[in-house]
Amino acid sequence: MRLIKTSCNRRSFLKASALSGGGLMLGFSWLTSCQPATQDALSMPEAWFDINAYLKIGDNGIVTIMSPNPEGGQNIKTSMPMIVAEELDIDWKDVLVEQAPLNTELYTRQFIGGSQAIRRGWESLRMAGATARKMLRQAAAQTWQVPVEDIITEGGILHHKPSGKSAHYGEMAAAAAGLPVPEEVELKDIDDFKIIGTSRKNVDGKKIVTGQPLFGIDTYQEGMLTAMIVHPAAFGMKLKSVDDAGVRSMPGIRDVFTLKVLNEEYERQHFDTCAFLQVVAIVGDSTWEVMNAKKAIDIQWEPFTAYTEERTHYSGTKQTLIIPAGLETTSEHLALMAETAAESPQEVRRDGNPEAAFRNASRVIERTYTAPFLAHNCMEPMNFFAHVTAEKATLKGPLQKAELTEQTLSARLGIPVENIDIQMTRLGGGYGRRSYANWLIEAALISQKMNAPVKLVYTREDDMTGGIYRPMYQATYRAALDADNNLTAIHINAGGIPESPLYANRFPAGAVENYLAESWTVNTNITIGSFRAPRSNFIAGAEQSFLDEVAEAVVKDPIAFRLELLERARTNPVGEDNDYDATRLSGVLELVREKSAWGQEQSNLHRGVAAYFCHNSYVAQVLDLVLEGDQPVVQKVTNAVDCGIVINPDAAANLAEGAVVDGIGNALFGEMTFKEGIPEKNNFHTYRMIRMSEAPKEIDVHFVQNEIDPTGMGEPTFPPVFGALANALYKATGARHYSQPFLGKELNLG
Amino acid sequence: MALFNLTINGKKQQVDVGPSTPMLWVLRDHLNLVGTKYGCGIAACGACTIHLEGTATRSCQLPVSAAEGKNITSIEGLSENGDHPVQQAWLEHDVPQCGYCQAGQIMSASALLEANPNPSDAEIENAMDGNICRCGTYTRIKAAIKTAAQVK
Ligand code: FES
Ligand code: FES
Repeated sequence: MRLIKTSCNRRSFLKASALSGGGLMLGFSWLTSCQPATQDALSMPEAWFDINAYLKIGDNGIVTIMSPNPEGGQNIKTSMPMIVAEELDIDWKDVLVEQAPLNTELYTRQFIGGSQAIRRGWESLRMAGATARKMLRQAAAQTWQVPVEDIITEGGILHHKPSGKSAHYGEMAAAAAGLPVPEEVELKDIDDFKIIGTSRKNVDGKKIVTGQPLFGIDTYQEGMLTAMIVHPAAFGMKLKSVDDAGVRSMPGIRDVFTLKVLNEEYERQHFDTCAFLQVVAIVGDSTWEVMNAKKAIDIQWEPFTAYTEERTHYSGTKQTLIIPAGLETTSEHLALMAETAAESPQEVRRDGNPEAAFRNASRVIERTYTAPFLAHNCMEPMNFFAHVTAEKATLKGPLQKAELTEQTLSARLGIPVENIDIQMTRLGGGYGRRSYANWLIEAALISQKMNAPVKLVYTREDDMTGGIYRPMYQATYRAALDADNNLTAIHINAGGIPESPLYANRFPAGAVENYLAESWTVNTNITIGSFRAPRSNFIAGAEQSFLDEVAEAVVKDPIAFRLELLERARTNPVGEDNDYDATRLSGVLELVREKSAWGQEQSNLHRGVAAYFCHNSYVAQVLDLVLEGDQPVVQKVTNAVDCGIVINPDAAANLAEGAVVDGIGNALFGEMTFKEGIPEKNNFHTYRMIRMSEAPKEIDVHFVQNEIDPTGMGEPTFPPVFGALANALYKATGARHYSQPFLGKELNLG
Repeated sequence: MALFNLTINGKKQQVDVGPSTPMLWVLRDHLNLVGTKYGCGIAACGACTIHLEGTATRSCQLPVSAAEGKNITSIEGLSENGDHPVQQAWLEHDVPQCGYCQAGQIMSASALLEANPNPSDAEIENAMDGNICRCGTYTRIKAAIKTAAQVK
């Protein structure tokens, strides 16, 4: 049992009130408590302290937990209420989970944290459940005139054993609502968990399999118009002229106009990436009519000149981005990366004397890895509903960071933030893409102009060619080996367009005596954004492929080789600033070695291993390939995951399985290329996505059992797959793969 | 515009749309049956899969004029209470992540089992390869299809 405070710096995270129909309502802050990381709490916007969720206990004993987080597949709408229910000590079958009604007086803030959500929410959700439980016990103690210590709870029932009295929560809920919120509450011991750590089904499962309207794109309102946009055909282009004469008279078309998404003088926030400053809007009665007009419209584009963009980074620092002019082409990108890497890298970390170690090396291994821009390709294309009137804006749709979009929208519409109501629907995939809400602003501006409710929908082509890609990356790894095959130095030179993938303080930093990490970037006018496990999603694969090659060069088993390095990082780390816990990283390697029966080789099985730490979790994977003819088939992927306490194991396994499939797909096929600024792929006939026949036949997920606070699940299993696959492909085919996508055109899988 | 008489989920419906309008948009925009999803519009993702006379069909490629007089089933009409064996198997395996592709997956899977009650792995893959799941739930989809096959 552990006591925690329910306020922080005199700001309380909880507020109790009576339900109008009888019962208790406890408002709380979904993602904020004092406990987890003070550093985090300090850098959090004030608003996150706001009460943004609540639980209700009706007099019938049914507990309703309002989740403010939009669900995009991370299972947060199920897993996070499980945490509340655990501390409340209620049967899961008596819990209803609802999406919070948004922007009512009290509950104004929503935020999707992806992998961060569980980590941030852990303490605050436990606190909420524990507080309600304590208040119910106090209410029972007062009613029965007995000491509160003697009152125990069990599955939603209050018991006073000495007197034999008992009552269900609903009977005490109204009395509890009249009590002050306790300043301190006790949390359960982990051993006493009954819900956490057991698998519970997706609370929206039935709605999904019966096709209920859950997604933003399903939004409908009486009198609603449909809108689409046309954006420049190429990055580096802007609007020159529009000939809409023929289009205006097409059936069902209401209006055609141009709109400026952001004003030039507007100081951008972190997520205000906007690929195209001006777009053409077409508004009509139905989707098909607007699609037809979109095909018929004649728009001319012209190149723009270079400009700079001021932006306030998430952390509060101001940045100036240089947006170069020009129509960019992929082959030139590759040349530019090679050139910049050689000429102007910036030193980020240095341990020992790497130059000397390389000079004295008896062997040096040097390998360069590259990866292309990637499109997120959420299955639900970008869309948003907007109804903007003179005083007020109501918006509804799939969005990851409403919080950070409100400000931008308010400034652009000239409507105060209090009069902006953004409602969140289920997301048909996010993966980072829906944090950049230029389409939401477009929808609002179109509604404002039309003076009508409007649903803006991107076509797949608009979505795929609309920017906000995963950046393009390159990393060169060098290893110095002495005459005895000891690894004496590592040098990483990594960069990208326009962002570097380097994490200088992650493994193998700390494990090698002499270490140099350098970073560089190249400007572009192609827009980028976060993509499932940003930066890690490339550097993990490069690093893990490279270590595999080094292990081979020193004739060591790849797992044993990594464990040796980690042993050094654990017992006698180099440098002070190492971001990872070497013991936990070793732990997942050991677990995957055991679970995959590593070392018991079978002649037709080609195995690759990788391990990586990101988003506070540790993952190791063994990927097994077989060759059918000369066709590699992924037979099985064994995962060992350390993400602390696992809330909902089957859902967590599902996420890991999905990340594995996604990683294999992107490693093999994922690629967005450009020719003179034009994205060369615009739909799924050219942008190849992994299909069922190419997915692993079997995926096993094993969790490290520990009592560490839970950390991310949606992202950490994604990055290492790239390495595990590359290493297995090498074993199967004898060829190392240095540039993604690995296959695609030449070789198929499955 | 023209009037079209349709039979959707066993119910007669009339819509007034252009003859080239794909059934996907007839369902979504005109009949408020939004379970059928738009993913690509070019028959490359399977999100819009419906049954046309029992056969899995991409509704984004099916003009309303070609659907007249035929029996159309959308996800909303697959079962009365959401208890089709495929739907039940989907729940049992807790297949969905974001869920957006799943209506299309379920429609492809149910048509497959109708035609082939006991498909092999290769037959499942063959029937399902037209349906993209960006969240990567393929292994669960396959397992759920096998479970549903046992029930049927
Ligand atoms: S929307 Fe019809 S197949 Fe993609
Ligand atoms: S569950 Fe998200 S696309 Fe399939």
